Amino acid sequence: MLSYIVRRLAYMVVVLVLVSVVCFYIINLPPGSFIETFATQLDAAGSPATQAQLDFLTVRYGLDQPLHVQYWNWIVPLVTQGDYGYSFEWQQPVWTLLADRLWLTIIVSLVSMVFVYVVSIPVALYSATHQYSVGDYSFSLLGIIGLAVPNFLLALVLLVASARLFGVTPTGLFSPEYITAPWSWEKVWDLMIHLPVPVIVVGLAGTAATIRILRSQLLDEFQKQYVITARAKGVPEGRLLMKYPFRVALNPIISTAGHLLPDIVSGSTIVAIVLGLPTIGPLLLRAIVAQDTYVAASCLMLLGVLTVVGVVMSDILLTMLDPRVRMSRAN
Amino acid sequence: MSNPHTSAPETATRPLVEVKNLRVVLPLIEGNLTASDGVSFTIPEGKTLGLVGESGCGKTITAQSILKIAPRNSRTSGEILLHYPDRPPVDIVSLGPKDDELLSIRGGEAAMIFQEPMTSFSPVHSIGNQLLETIYLHRTRDKAKAHEIAVAMLQKVGIADPAAALRKYPHEFSGGMRQRAMIAMALASQPRLLIADEPTTALDVTVQAQVLRLMRDLQRDQGMAILYISHDLGVIARMADEVAVMYMGSIVEYAAVRDLFHAPKHPYTKGLMASVPRIGKKSGEPLESIKGNVPVPINKPVACGFFPRCPVAIAGVCDKAVPPLVDVTPGHRSACFLYPEVVAAAGLPQGAANVH
Repeated sequence: MLSYIVRRLAYMVVVLVLVSVVCFYIINLPPGSFIETFATQLDAAGSPATQAQLDFLTVRYGLDQPLHVQYWNWIVPLVTQGDYGYSFEWQQPVWTLLADRLWLTIIVSLVSMVFVYVVSIPVALYSATHQYSVGDYSFSLLGIIGLAVPNFLLALVLLVASARLFGVTPTGLFSPEYITAPWSWEKVWDLMIHLPVPVIVVGLAGTAATIRILRSQLLDEFQKQYVITARAKGVPEGRLLMKYPFRVALNPIISTAGHLLPDIVSGSTIVAIVLGLPTIGPLLLRAIVAQDTYVAASCLMLLGVLTVVGVVMSDILLTMLDPRVRMSRAN
Repeated sequence: MSNPHTSAPETATRPLVEVKNLRVVLPLIEGNLTASDGVSFTIPEGKTLGLVGESGCGKTITAQSILKIAPRNSRTSGEILLHYPDRPPVDIVSLGPKDDELLSIRGGEAAMIFQEPMTSFSPVHSIGNQLLETIYLHRTRDKAKAHEIAVAMLQKVGIADPAAALRKYPHEFSGGMRQRAMIAMALASQPRLLIADEPTTALDVTVQAQVLRLMRDLQRDQGMAILYISHDLGVIARMADEVAVMYMGSIVEYAAVRDLFHAPKHPYTKGLMASVPRIGKKSGEPLESIKGNVPVPINKPVACGFFPRCPVAIAGVCDKAVPPLVDVTPGHRSACFLYPEVVAAAGLPQGAANVH
């Protein structure tokens, strides 16, 4: 068990190194660089920069060097000092840009995940135990709508509805007076008030998918011989449901939990733009458009870390919960 | 069925379970499947009743009905009386699914072991967890005592190092070990009835013999009755005191084991016996088989179920009426119009079947 965890963590490091290389390479794939984008912007603004200025910037940002040297210059300080580099566009260290957004992203994502499970597990249990009832059909219909409606559309609908009904547009995660304010209980409370709309929008598709997976898993498990064995032993139905089929049906949910986290982070980019959420998604999009190499690479890297860590965590969790997996992985 | 329920053949002891006119219907898209069609039998205390028949003849559904664990949408009618030494019998069919009485019968008064030892245990709970669950439900809430019983039970069924086995998971056991653990789990509550639904079908022949011997020994020790379900006549001959032969949801022959094997009365039973390979049969002689397959009993016609496959069927009789199950010799019941007793019980004129 311990050796399995150690092995998984070692693989994780290898995967992360590969992810960093691929991220950096992909960011630099589009022709041109930030300097050219910058020059075009200055041109458009009517004050073209001189070639000397541009050359100076190119050398200063190290953009004249081969790609592998640029990668090395980015990755070494990142690993050794936690230095994410410098944003060309924002003229700030990348970490200052990321820090707040990262925490807000994690908060929105985790709350969305909790929302997904808190809603989907009871609904799936109800649907599976009341198969083909009116309630089951209603939840299925809602679930299909939840899967089919693009979440940015839902975000717009909620914005309009909220503006019409309550006269509030629930954009962003804070009221204007708290955006730059230091953290306080009032600010936390303000965040809580702003969370529901983004959480519902971001979590809806995941909720619908989880209901469907868990419901069919449960229905599958109900037919299994071990459930009949337990019933024949005289185990009361309620306890039987939670101890046996539910417990086994949870496995695919646990093993996909690791994927849900990055899905929520990257899937919510458009929602974040529509709702004006100060999360990583919009920053990444802007950085890619502007070819702001270090910001883009760092954002991608963080998403990669979230994915890999999530998958490893759900794998380890699954190993702890399922003796069959434990056995096959011990060898 | 029109025959009154007579006492089972050669029954000297008191009845433990009386099944009377049990009908189980499964509504399917294709129509109503009558899995059990007016089945009546009695299991005496401490004795073994063998229930034989081909796959799909309704043996399992009939057995499941005793614990009310047949598929949820099935419709059951008739009576299943469980007798107690100190109080009036309980009709299991009339119990609700959440009845405490039913929960105490399940696994307590009557325990069941199943055909598939591979899938009968939950894969994510240890053997000990699942075995102790039965003991907590029906024997004692005391942890130390329950553990003691569990260890003793595993020892009884011949599992080496029982204390360690309790911590193991089902996938760490072989098929034979699992079936032993299953038997230990079923018997841990000291049930008065053990329902064994083809418990050795999935096992190797050598393991099969061990498991059969184990069940006989435990029956002698604990004095429980067994309802033994199998399609294997050899196993039934070894295990049963009485045998009921089922075909398409009905019992077609019911007799003491010796009578049945020495003088089978129903053409279906004769066919089953002829299709068992036997040492001493001349080589080169083809093994007989019953032609055709068991028809699916959906929207059953009013006729003998075996009529289409029967070598001695009487046209105009067997396809027009259902033969009742009555005594054709004392204590030996058969449901076939070849016998005048059956013709009489069906209310047909004598001679109607004398075509042969």
